[in-house]
Amino acid sequence: MLQQAFNGLVGGAFYALLALGLSVIFGMLGVVNLAHGAFYMLGAFGAFIALDAFGLNFWIALLLVPPLLGVAGIVLERLFIRRLTPLDPLYNFLFTFGLALILQDLVKREYGVSSQPYPRPQELDGTVDLGLFTYPAYQVFVLAVSVLMCVAVWLVLTRTRVGMIVRAATERPELTRGLGIDVGRWVTPVFGFGIALAAFAGVLAAPMRAVNPLMGADLIITVFAVVVIGGLGSVFGSVAAGFAVGLVSALGNLYVPALSQILVFILMAVVLLWRPAGLFGREEAFR
Amino acid sequence: MLRVDRLSAWYGEAQALREVSMRVDEGEIVTLVGRNGAGKTTLLRCLMGLHGTYGRTTGTVSLFDEDISGLAPHRRARHGLGFVPDDRGVYATLSVEENLLLPPVTKGGQEPWPLKRVYETFPPLRERRRFPGTKLSGGEQQMLALARVLRTGARLLLCDEPTEGLSPLIVQQIGEILREVKAAGVTVLLVEQNVHFAATVADRHYLLAEGRIVESLDNDQVREREHELLEYLGI
Ligand SMILES: Nc1ncnc2c1ncn2[C@@H]1O[C@H](COP(=O)(O)OP(=O)(O)OP(=O)(O)O)[C@@H](O)[C@H]1O
Ligand SMILES: [Mg+2]
Repeated sequence: MLQQAFNGLVGGAFYALLALGLSVIFGMLGVVNLAHGAFYMLGAFGAFIALDAFGLNFWIALLLVPPLLGVAGIVLERLFIRRLTPLDPLYNFLFTFGLALILQDLVKREYGVSSQPYPRPQELDGTVDLGLFTYPAYQVFVLAVSVLMCVAVWLVLTRTRVGMIVRAATERPELTRGLGIDVGRWVTPVFGFGIALAAFAGVLAAPMRAVNPLMGADLIITVFAVVVIGGLGSVFGSVAAGFAVGLVSALGNLYVPALSQILVFILMAVVLLWRPAGLFGREEAFR
Repeated sequence: MLRVDRLSAWYGEAQALREVSMRVDEGEIVTLVGRNGAGKTTLLRCLMGLHGTYGRTTGTVSLFDEDISGLAPHRRARHGLGFVPDDRGVYATLSVEENLLLPPVTKGGQEPWPLKRVYETFPPLRERRRFPGTKLSGGEQQMLALARVLRTGARLLLCDEPTEGLSPLIVQQIGEILREVKAAGVTVLLVEQNVHFAATVADRHYLLAEGRIVESLDNDQVREREHELLEYLGI
C-alpha cells in the first residue's frame, strides 16, 4: 500500500509538471494548449534520438532537449499563436489540436507505433532502501527532481518581479497593461517555458515509460482533468492536484481496479460540483 | 495637458462615444459626470488605450501636445497616465505591497511617492502589506488603487468613480488626498456621480450624455443646479 502510494506520487510528478506548464500558459495567454502532450512525447523522443543518433546520454538530453523544444515553442508562439489569440479562442483550440496530430503522425511515420527502448541512466540503475520498502532509484530521482522543479517555479512566481508580473497578467491582463507593464513581452518566454517543462517531463519519462508517438495523447487527457481540479490558471492548484490525482489513481488501482480508468474524472466531477472554479481557482477566471 | 479631439468609440456596432472633444489643463481637477451608461468608463478606457479589445475607436488623444492615440496602454502609462479603474483593480494574487510595487515608476513624471510615504499616508496598507490585496476593505482597496498610481509619479490620474459605495468618512478622506495630490501638481480627470463631492474637489466639470459632451460647467453652476443635476443623474 505504501509502495503503491509512492508509485502514485511518481505518476503524479508527471501530471504536476505538465499541468504546471499548461496552467501558466493558460493564465498568461488564455490559450488551452492542446499540443502540450505532443511536446511531452517529443521530449521523450528527443532523449531517444539524442542517444540513438548522436550517442548523447540521458543527462545531456535532460539538459539539452527541454531548452531546444522551448525554443521551438517560442517560434510557434511568435509565428502562429500570437496571431490567433485576438480571434475566437476556438482558433487556437483547432490550431494546437491540429498541431498535436501532425506532430504525432510525423513521429509515427519515422518510428512506427511500437515503443522504443530507452535504458535507465546507469548511475540510477539500482534500488534505494526507503526504510519500509526498497524502490527503484530512478523513480526516486524522478520524484525528487519534479518536486524541486515545482518548488523552483513556485519560488520564481512568488518571490521575483517576473513572477509578480506573470501573476498580475494572469489575473488581469488588460489592467496590467494599463499600469505600465508590457505584458506582450512576457507572453513568448512564458509559452516557451511551459513547453520546455513538458519536454523536461518527457525526457524524465523516457527511461520508465513506453516511448511511443501516443504517450502524450494518453497522458494529456488526465492532465486536463488535473488542471480543472486544481483550478484553471492556478499554478499552485495544478501542482497540488497533479500529485493528488497521481495518488488517488494509484490507490484506486489497488482498491477499486474496476474504476481505475475513470476515477480521476469522477474526482473532477465531484470537485466541480463542490467548487465550480476548481480547488484553488478563483471565480474571476471565468470572466 | 490632455486634449481629446472628436473621439468616438464602438462596442461592435453600438456606438458608445460620439465625437467627444475636451481638454484638461495642467494642475486641474476636472470631473466627468453623466448617467449610468453615458460612456464615462468607456472614455477613460479609450484614453488609457484599453478599448481595443472591445471595438474600434476614431479621433485623437494627445498628452503634452504629443499624439498618443496609436500608443499601447503600457506606453501611455509610461507617458504619465495613471489609471484607477472603476472596480479598483486590486489583484487578489498579489499582496498589498506587491500591488503597490507592480507598476513601474515613470521617468520624467511627477515626483513618485516612495513606499514609506504611501504607508505614512495610508497606515492600514502598511499593517496589511503582506495580505492579498483583495483582503482589504472597499475603502482600503480604493486607497491602494490611488496610492499605486501615485507611487509611479503619474502626471495625470484617470480615476473612475473612486467614491462609489464608500462611507462619507472615506469619501472625505479621498477628497483630502485629491486636494493634496493637486497641490503637488498632479492633474486629475475624475469620473464622479456625487456632484456635491465633485464641486468640493474639482475645478471644472463636463456633463456626458449618450456618449456626447453636452455641457461644460464650473463649480458655481454645479452648486446652483445641484438638485437638477442629481435628479437628472437619477440619484
Ligand atoms: N463590454 C461592453 N460590451 C458592450 N457594450 C458595452 C460594454 N461596456 C459598456 N457598454 C455600453 O457602452 C455604453 C457606455 O458604457 P460605460 O460603461 O462607458 O458607461 P458609464 O458612463 O461608465 O456608466 P456607469 O455609470 O454605469 O459606470 C453603455 O450603453 C453600455 O451598455
Ligand atoms: Mg462606469
